Amino acid sequence: MKSSFRIRAVAFVASAAVLALTACSAGSSTSGGGSGSSPGGDQKLSIGLVAEPASLDFTTTDGAAIPQVLLGNVYETLVEQDDSGKIVPSLAKSWTVSPDRKTYTFDLVDNAKFTNGKQFTAGDAVFSINRVKSAWTISLKAAMDVVAQAKALSPTQLQVTLAKPSNDWLFRMTTRIGAMFSESGVSALATDPVGTGPFKFSKWNRGDSIVMVRNDDYWGSKPYFQQITLKYFKDATALNNALLTSTINVIGTVQAPEALSQFTSNDKYQVIEGTTNGEVLLSFNNSRPVFKDIRTRQAIRMAIDHKALLDTCWAGRGKLIGSMVPPTDPWYEDLTGVAPFDLAKAKSLLQASGAAGKTLRLRLPTLPYATSCGQVVKSMLEQAGLKVQIDQLEFPAAWLTTVFKNADYDMSIIAHVEPRDLGAVFNAKYYTRYDDPTLQGYLAAADAGDEAAQVDNMKKAARRLSEQAAGDWLFLIPNLIVAEKNIKGLPTNAITENFDLSKLAR
Amino acid sequence: MILRLIERTGVFLVSLAVSSVLVFAFMAVLPGDPARVALGVNASDEAVAELRRQFGLDRPLPTQYFDWLGGLLHGDLGTSYVSKVAIGPQVFDRLQVTLWLVVAGMVIALVVAVPAGTVMAARHRKISGLALSAVSQVGVAVPAFLAGILLIVVFAVKLGWLPANGWTPPAQDPGMFLKQLILPALSLGLVQGAVLTRYVRSAVLDVLREDYLRTARAKGLRPFQALWRHGLRNAAVPVVTVLGLQLATLLIGAVVVERVFVIPGLGSLLLDGVSNRDLLLVQDVVMVLVLAVLLVNFIVDLLYVALDPRLRTAS
Repeated sequence: MKSSFRIRAVAFVASAAVLALTACSAGSSTSGGGSGSSPGGDQKLSIGLVAEPASLDFTTTDGAAIPQVLLGNVYETLVEQDDSGKIVPSLAKSWTVSPDRKTYTFDLVDNAKFTNGKQFTAGDAVFSINRVKSAWTISLKAAMDVVAQAKALSPTQLQVTLAKPSNDWLFRMTTRIGAMFSESGVSALATDPVGTGPFKFSKWNRGDSIVMVRNDDYWGSKPYFQQITLKYFKDATALNNALLTSTINVIGTVQAPEALSQFTSNDKYQVIEGTTNGEVLLSFNNSRPVFKDIRTRQAIRMAIDHKALLDTCWAGRGKLIGSMVPPTDPWYEDLTGVAPFDLAKAKSLLQASGAAGKTLRLRLPTLPYATSCGQVVKSMLEQAGLKVQIDQLEFPAAWLTTVFKNADYDMSIIAHVEPRDLGAVFNAKYYTRYDDPTLQGYLAAADAGDEAAQVDNMKKAARRLSEQAAGDWLFLIPNLIVAEKNIKGLPTNAITENFDLSKLAR
Repeated sequence: MILRLIERTGVFLVSLAVSSVLVFAFMAVLPGDPARVALGVNASDEAVAELRRQFGLDRPLPTQYFDWLGGLLHGDLGTSYVSKVAIGPQVFDRLQVTLWLVVAGMVIALVVAVPAGTVMAARHRKISGLALSAVSQVGVAVPAFLAGILLIVVFAVKLGWLPANGWTPPAQDPGMFLKQLILPALSLGLVQGAVLTRYVRSAVLDVLREDYLRTARAKGLRPFQALWRHGLRNAAVPVVTVLGLQLATLLIGAVVVERVFVIPGLGSLLLDGVSNRDLLLVQDVVMVLVLAVLLVNFIVDLLYVALDPRLRTAS
């Protein structure tokens, strides 16, 4: 499901965001040596996660859990993101962009092999790109529509021509739609994935765990662990207990930040806190008359004491952002000062707009952060003179239909975990119903221009959203990982779709 | 006897048929489109419509119902919307896990309840009987999941004697299997045992007041000897009935306990199915649970007759 934001990830408290370890060049040197065929011998590791995949085929089943396991570990992309959000080589050693910004030429590595024994070539890249358009059914595939033609100039050279310049396309090639498949390896994607990555899929105990083993023929430096088990827990307490009793070595996604103290106070464990792409948005239905008046929207932003809210509903873990951009994007600016907490001003703005005393429906998905933050939002808005009626909607199905599909709501709270999703979330067709030609102008200019123009225009777009109060950004979901002290290679920030297992070591 | 058998079989089959209609109807009115959940939020309406066609959701409801029922009668549970894997083998695998839990829970419940209930009844005016009674009252009030959490905190996290969660099939590693089975089975069994104790107690109390027991004691048997030789079999009749009803509660308790202990049983399959809107899978699992409960009640009815010869002529 999902597309421009991944709901299943959200469902489990942004598991995806949290887990996705930063991109990881297969050629990175963290994997403890790399010269021998088995850096960590036959060592094993077990990681506790929350969202079990429904299938292993992310071309026809949406959800963040599948790329979390397979992308970067089993399937690789031509380009990937590094820790700072920069696009760096992976299966493509280098690439050039034509002056009109429409033609990309990639030089590919010549020693990558699929786990079915076939050599990886430019022909496979052409096949994979074309297959997104022809065989994929998830809505993310739309990001490939801009490709006019993909062609193999030689076994190691690929040329892709776009219909119009698009910075976003190259970025999307770092995500699951950029995954490289073998034509002879796509017959049973749901059960038997075939890729070029550092790990091979080994076994799936449905309802329990997925086992990955080191790919000893991997073209880059080999992972440290011989076997990594991803074990799935639906319950936060069960996940914590599993680490406390050494059933697992790492909690990949902390589900209950208020329970962290049992680990921070114990020398056996390390706690990692960084950022993700998961903006927790208090969304407004901008098509409703009450939200047509900018003063109402600004008043709501000013009525919320974000620091107090974060302390109450997410144990103070997370970052305040002020717009739809996480700090790891190149165009991040701290916009928390645009609408600072000011109860008196909020009250007078509501009086002026005539919204004071009106009742707004806050329709919340049944997700932990939405439920707990929703109560705080309600009491803060009521102090400013609004009435708030909270409805709980079962997530995902009921929330998807009512709020997302039919936009039958005034306000909602949900984490948007898709990377670089500002434009996807704030437009007239999305459930935010935010129709703003000025914003669209900035976004179009950002996509078509060079790197400097992209950064400049994205900054303008983020500022515009914040100043127009198109929604309110409650906080950015933190990347919280707890692990046994001696585990190395865990990421600070989680900004890609995958959980990079190849960097982990002991 | 034969008449009664036919009557009970009839009731069993009709209940099963009515349940299947109800289960199907509930799924049909459940909000949330499985195709949209599978395809993601930005999927076009055409793509959703196409997937609905593939799932067969665009057909009239009666057609869908009879197709489903026809499949079930042939032992074909269909293919999951989400994982695209046949449902039958999955349900069968998970059912085995849940059955271990339920059976182990039931055994623990009986081991606790029969002696405790009997002692409580035989000594119902003594301090020891009253004390046991109070303990069982507490047990009745504790839900299985809470018992599970408490057991984990004490025996897994604090003492480190047993694993906090997980499941290993008995064939793969019997030692590990037992270790992982103990806590979840205890959390189900102790709670059920406490409930059952109350019934055993009152059944035994009733029996104690019967004339034949007084006669047995007059012949010189000590109270417990009299109860053992003449009373327990009679007390078993109402207890077996309750046991049948309890089994349904145990199955439901297992669904929750599976979550607390991260056990891949039928309960966790059901919960996953609901949240993925994998409607066919949910329908199948619920039907299997309904079948199990009805089957147990049916067997209890028959056992009833076997235990108490008077009932053979009563109907």
